[in-house]
Amino acid sequence: MTRRLPVNFILGAVLVALVVGTAALSLVWTPHDATQMAISNKFAAPSATHWLGTDQLGRDVLSQLMAGARNSMAVALVAVLLGGSVGVALGLLASALGGWVEDGVMRLADLGFAFPALLFAIMLAAVFGPSLTNAVLAIAFINIPVFARVTRGAANQVWTLDYVLAARAAGMNRFAISRDHILPNIAAAIIVQATIEFAVAILAEAALSYLGLGAQPPASSWGRLLSEAQTLMYIAPQLAIYPGLCIVVAVVGFGLLGDGLRDMSDPRLSRER
Amino acid sequence: MWYFIFRRTAGFVATLFVVSAVVFSVMNILPGDPALTILGLDATDDALAALREQLGLNQPVLARYVSWVWNALQGDFGISHSFRVPVSELIAERLPMTVSLAVAGMIFTLVIALSLGIGAAARHRKVGDWGVMFISQIGIAVPAFWLSMLLVLLFAVKLRWLPPGGFAGWSDPVAAMRSLVLPTIALGVVQSAVLARVTRSSALEVMRQDFVRTARASGLSRRRVLWRHVLPNALVPIVTIVGMQFAALVTGTIVIENVFYLPGLGRLIFQSISNRDLPTVQALVMLFAAIVVTANFVVDLLYVVIDPRLKART
Repeated sequence: MTRRLPVNFILGAVLVALVVGTAALSLVWTPHDATQMAISNKFAAPSATHWLGTDQLGRDVLSQLMAGARNSMAVALVAVLLGGSVGVALGLLASALGGWVEDGVMRLADLGFAFPALLFAIMLAAVFGPSLTNAVLAIAFINIPVFARVTRGAANQVWTLDYVLAARAAGMNRFAISRDHILPNIAAAIIVQATIEFAVAILAEAALSYLGLGAQPPASSWGRLLSEAQTLMYIAPQLAIYPGLCIVVAVVGFGLLGDGLRDMSDPRLSRER
Repeated sequence: MWYFIFRRTAGFVATLFVVSAVVFSVMNILPGDPALTILGLDATDDALAALREQLGLNQPVLARYVSWVWNALQGDFGISHSFRVPVSELIAERLPMTVSLAVAGMIFTLVIALSLGIGAAARHRKVGDWGVMFISQIGIAVPAFWLSMLLVLLFAVKLRWLPPGGFAGWSDPVAAMRSLVLPTIALGVVQSAVLARVTRSSALEVMRQDFVRTARASGLSRRRVLWRHVLPNALVPIVTIVGMQFAALVTGTIVIENVFYLPGLGRLIFQSISNRDLPTVQALVMLFAAIVVTANFVVDLLYVVIDPRLKART
């Protein structure tokens, strides 16, 4: 019997495929050069050459949105991978060693929650000047405690299982058990979390770039396109609509995909909600 | 119970100290000369030396940290370079704006989220429930700054009902309230979406329990059972989220104040970054982090009040 896939998983997968596909396509093809200006053709209405029209400098809006997708995905990917690896490693360590190491790691994780990405990015920007690298670091930083907690919680459950006990009795050391037995068994929980954090990272990057703490000109980013559009709202309100829609589609997509993956990995949850 | 409160208070104070150490380290120990950051590359050696002296940069790091914390505890955050007044004065001027916005956002969130969440739970698996779930799914995904722009487009540019931004002060209370309407909505919508979902699932959990059926069977009205019996019992997870949400609302004001040009702490922090006013940025980051930590601490204490079982156990 084939199991039916959850609706949120299918919907999420379609939206994510759309966004990731667009980002991938922008690597090899955009309708126009996203940074190519043509002042004489500014605020052009949608047409066959410019599907979504042009902006205040005559740049093709669709091409900019595509380039923005690429940047958003890249930032979210690097930030989640970076923060996730550190967080998972800390969580595994805490769970494997227990005692004061576990306490210490968890208190550090609590501390991480005192610094939202925005505050961390503000500190980095004040000292080093605003840049995309600082934005990535700030977003990665807030991911560390999230992953550390999820990993440690899931790992602690696996450590109590009989086959882990058997592995210990067979003389395997704690790090080898963590790598060979714990990690593969908690991978589902980590992947679910990573998908959800991907959505959070897209939102964070957009906010930081909007505030001028992320992508710097001429790099295209959905958040930066919105901050440019804000001053033009009376003349060209449409410029403030498209980038926001892209953000919402991407965030809803990854959010639904994460929910769907969780429902599939633990069917009890889907009935509860 | 007293032991629990004592332990949590000690943890709270310790966390604040560690947070202050992190803020101080990032702003002071990371490579780079604060004097050079503030004055720029074309500063003369004399000016740099004078500023280093004024900032106390010639002293050892630990001594600087201790004196920063000691002075901060007495309300002295140093002098702002760009405004040339004590940072504490700047904070005192702008704090009311930020607090009013965060409190208004919290009230908005509670009213909307509790009504929607309880309403959805009461109509479990009916159109109303699905509607709330759908709207909240979108609400979570909408960036607050984009929502702000859409609200301005509709209510300020098209309909001209409300001002697009700015704040003229409290001397005209009606005008002041009008300028806070859109920022409050923009700030509260995302948090309402999150809280509505938590309220719904927590209420559904409670509604399955026997005492709810008994209450209904004894003839109490549906509405009375929902608000007097289900909601109070569903509060523990709701309060956890509300505490984190208040923290999120306070840091959210940083973004919203910049979208609507409101003269609060969030706007000040950005002016200070572009003016390279490090003492002000440092004080403000510490203040925001302290508010987040305090909000979590208050939630911990509230647990004991809301859930008497914890009182007995601790």
